Amino acid sequence: MSPAGVLRGIGRPVLESLAAIGRVAIFAGTILGHLFRPPFYPREVMVQLLQIGWFSLPVVGLTALFTGGALALQIYSGGARFNAESVVPSIVAIGMVRELGPVLGGLMVAARVASSIAAELGTMKVTEQIDALVTLSTNPIKYLAVPRVLAATLAVPVLVAVGDSIGIMGGWLVGITRLDFNSAVYIKNTVDFLEVWDVGSGLVKGAVFGFIVALMGCYHGMNSGRGAQGVGRATKSAVVAASVLILAANYILTEVFFTS
Amino acid sequence: MIEIKGVTKAFGPKTVLRGVDLTIASGTSMVIIGGSGTGKSVLLKCILGLVRPDGGAILLDGQDVARAERDAFLARFGMLFQGGALFDSLTVWENVAFRLLRGFQKRPKAEAREIAIEKLRRVGLSPDVADLYPAELSGGMQKRVGLARAIAAAPEIIFFDEPTTGLDPIMAGVINDLIREIVVEMGATAMTITHDMTSVRAIADHVAMLHEGVIQWTGPVAEMDATPDPYVQQFIHGRAEGPISAVR
Ligand SMILES: Nc1ncnc2c1ncn2[C@@H]1O[C@H](COP(=O)(O)OP(=O)(O)OP(=O)(O)O)[C@@H](O)[C@H]1O
Ligand SMILES: [Mg+2]
Repeated sequence: MSPAGVLRGIGRPVLESLAAIGRVAIFAGTILGHLFRPPFYPREVMVQLLQIGWFSLPVVGLTALFTGGALALQIYSGGARFNAESVVPSIVAIGMVRELGPVLGGLMVAARVASSIAAELGTMKVTEQIDALVTLSTNPIKYLAVPRVLAATLAVPVLVAVGDSIGIMGGWLVGITRLDFNSAVYIKNTVDFLEVWDVGSGLVKGAVFGFIVALMGCYHGMNSGRGAQGVGRATKSAVVAASVLILAANYILTEVFFTS
Repeated sequence: MIEIKGVTKAFGPKTVLRGVDLTIASGTSMVIIGGSGTGKSVLLKCILGLVRPDGGAILLDGQDVARAERDAFLARFGMLFQGGALFDSLTVWENVAFRLLRGFQKRPKAEAREIAIEKLRRVGLSPDVADLYPAELSGGMQKRVGLARAIAAAPEIIFFDEPTTGLDPIMAGVINDLIREIVVEMGATAMTITHDMTSVRAIADHVAMLHEGVIQWTGPVAEMDATPDPYVQQFIHGRAEGPISAVR
């Protein structure tokens, strides 16, 4: 391959990804700009809160329950190597509220919500429903994207809080039934050790992850290609992009919150 | 008055419109005919700004539509999409009353519903369909709901993309009469795409034929049969032989 060919091979994907980042940023900026300008669609926001928040509870709850239980077992057996079995309650609590609650909750919501938003909006795009909205004097970003992004940003922290509690409960269940912890001691250790910011940082992460999930769903859905294939591709891209961005954002936020 | 001047549009390497010139006077009914895939739907979308033309200009009452204030501009239009484009998360009546339930044409829910049911009746649908979802309707019924939605807010200018395809002959007749009525009684300007020659004769004041990206022929409907233009003659008589190739 000629040197120019190599350069072109590197340059094109780099330019394309930069352009994509720019488009997503503009899309996000447009959504934020519309957030505080009328008309508002409170009914749409309520519907989306229900869809994104309430109906994600079982998935997020089960994920947290099993994760909390497994975490307790792991820390117990790991801690046994240096006689530190007693740290189980505090490590489970910290691990859940700081990391696993928001990250696993966010990933589960990405799987459930980013995909369904992208498929729904992609189908609307393909069947000209988005064009029809425009002809009916309704801004599709305002009517479709803003309520979803708002609802996800509000709902995911609540999901994370519920997930945290269930996860800690999972650890406690395993602790008292399988690891011979005293129930009262386990709970006291958990409560004494947790700080407000441990929980708060996880909730902030949740809000950011919720924003990412809905943003990716809306962006890929509204820019879906033509036909069923286009919708399928949009759905896949939304889930992949949301998941990767959640993990990247998690690292950055952890860096910001906990290193000083 | 809508003036289309030298509008061009290409999708990638494929040129669809090569300089379309057409004028539609206010309060008249223009019917666009032309082979499948010649860009009729794209032309309507260009006027509405859903597709951005590559070149040329579109004027509404002398004003460039690309520079018009979007909300006020779109409020004057109604559009029936070729595929219906009903919102499947809303019931039939909420679809029809969409414009009446939000924005500056907003009115009380009960009143909007009443108007929706009245419009549904005009397209030959009974009030029981009002509370169904679009997915529960047949293709032809969806088309008619789309039509009811297009006319619900009594727009000045209405675009119908194949209003009678998929309908039985009786229902097609009802829809043709309705479109004619909207133009004659309400003074609306209509632009209709159709392949159905019965419809053309029933609806049109003027006819324009789009072929290979330009308006091949345009004139009053009365002159359509007598025109010597071989393209029009082939099209209206549905002949396989002629200047329009069968493979497109
Ligand atoms: N968004 C788009 N992207 C790429 N190509 C498009 C797009 N929209 C339309 N086309 C192409 O433009 C051409 C004209 O399409 P259009 O839908 O206007 O045809 P039409 O005249 O309405 O045909 P029909 O009578 O079958 O509805 C087609 O070849 C189509 O493939
Ligand atoms: Mg068409």
